[in-house]
Amino acid sequence: MSLDKKQKNKIIRIAGHVGALIPLALLAYDYYFGLFSPDFIREITLRTGKAAIVLLVLSLAITPLNTLFGWKVLYPLRRIFGVYAFMYVALHLTIFVYLDYGLSWPLIREAIFEKRYALVGFAAFLILLPLAVTSTRWAMKKMGKKWTTLHKWVYLAAILAVLHYILLVKNAYTQPFIFAVILGVLLTLRIGPIKQWVIRQRRNWGKGKKSRAPMNS
Amino acid sequence: MLIKKRSGIEIPSSEITPEHIYASRRQFMKGATFVAAGSLLAACAPKGFNAAPQGAAPVSEDIDLTPGTVSTTTDELGDPINSYEDITTYNNYYEFSTDKDGPAKLSKNFPTSPWQVEVGGLVRNPGVYDIEDLRTKFDQEERIYRLRCVEAWSMVIPWMGFPLSKLLNEVEPTADAKFVRFETLYDPEVMPGQDSRWYDWPYVEGLRLDEAMNDLTLMATGLYGKDLLPQSGAPIRLVVPWKYGFKSIKSIVKIDLVEEMPTSLWMSAAPSEYGFYANVNPEVPHPRWSQASERRIGELGRRETLKFNGYEEQVAYLYDGMSLQANF
Repeated sequence: MSLDKKQKNKIIRIAGHVGALIPLALLAYDYYFGLFSPDFIREITLRTGKAAIVLLVLSLAITPLNTLFGWKVLYPLRRIFGVYAFMYVALHLTIFVYLDYGLSWPLIREAIFEKRYALVGFAAFLILLPLAVTSTRWAMKKMGKKWTTLHKWVYLAAILAVLHYILLVKNAYTQPFIFAVILGVLLTLRIGPIKQWVIRQRRNWGKGKKSRAPMNS
Repeated sequence: MLIKKRSGIEIPSSEITPEHIYASRRQFMKGATFVAAGSLLAACAPKGFNAAPQGAAPVSEDIDLTPGTVSTTTDELGDPINSYEDITTYNNYYEFSTDKDGPAKLSKNFPTSPWQVEVGGLVRNPGVYDIEDLRTKFDQEERIYRLRCVEAWSMVIPWMGFPLSKLLNEVEPTADAKFVRFETLYDPEVMPGQDSRWYDWPYVEGLRLDEAMNDLTLMATGLYGKDLLPQSGAPIRLVVPWKYGFKSIKSIVKIDLVEEMPTSLWMSAAPSEYGFYANVNPEVPHPRWSQASERRIGELGRRETLKFNGYEEQVAYLYDGMSLQANF
């Protein structure tokens, strides 16, 4: 029994929501059972930040995955992951401003404008904000071509998010660099000629496989 | 022999803390939004967290002070000592792990006995000291110190140990000796973090001789009245409470008196971020962390960072005429 398009779409959507909510569920679990480390604010700041960056990169991976493997069926995940990424960004910023800095504006100002990592992170938030607001189908229809132009800013937001991570770590850059490399590959696969070339290769390869198949049987 | 004594810091807090620091602390805490946010948050805080930071917070019932192991429950500013659990499970010890909970897990089999500390360089009486000799030769005192990490978190820790000056007096530095250089054990077999190529192992730290001779400078062998655990730098470590935590080098095997300023591991890893002095100073910013405020482990929100971590009266003279901005 094979699933029709609608069923597949539904399953992927549900899986997307569930997956994106796992970090939040884990936070709730650890909170409820008192499993946080002694520096609770640092831990939840880092965990919401990590969830945001992972989801942002995942949402940018969907189109390249289609380019590489023809997985168009994953397309709904672009918006789902993108919106959840923003949710974690908003949580992350709220924790920073409210829980950590207790709404003490002089300290927040100092942090945001004098610490490179905070400035870069805050810029990423400012870019993502209008994208999240216009993430509805209604806005998409209403804005038409402008919507596509506006949402291209997500590339810059992702670059700033990874830069924010790189600037933040003390000295062992391995993890943030992995994100940087993945993001670099994903963005490269979006460059017109490269994308077309990859698609041509995939189609040729697919044809070759199909034509050989009967001879093997 | 165990002597419960807080030499040098057994002074009423009113005397030890200059008036203007008290005043600025008060003012800072009064920031209405700050406290308001803190108290609102208290309602949703996980177990074991105090509400808003306060100048002289009462000892929380949630703090696990093992009875009979410490002589008091607060530092001289009236802030409660951190719990034994927090102190021994939240550690920066890159020789084991860069995760805060990693050192406690990965150092369980770290051998701390037998252990020897070689003291040499520009001294008249170089020597190799067995850890047991150091524990018996010098009276072990209790010292309750604030520890301020450069990452902008802090704790109050009841150390056990002896002033470094006692050891230095014993080996007699020569007139050429200007600095003290400390080295941690290098053994990647038992310290897996030393396989990391990001750093020049072994860990090296240094103090100017007069800093090393200051009475606050402690060679710690225990905390909460017990021997140090490996994650806290067993069997013997330095504690320099007016400097950022990374200066307080752990698991020391070598102490050398030298003429030139030693280059510490962090100085060579990121010279623009970590200087030789690394004095706690809210006026000298760091590119990553605010040094104006800090999170006290066990509290929600932030508190103001004190110059020299609150030990200005005891150590400011060491830096008379020096630019603290240039010598960060």
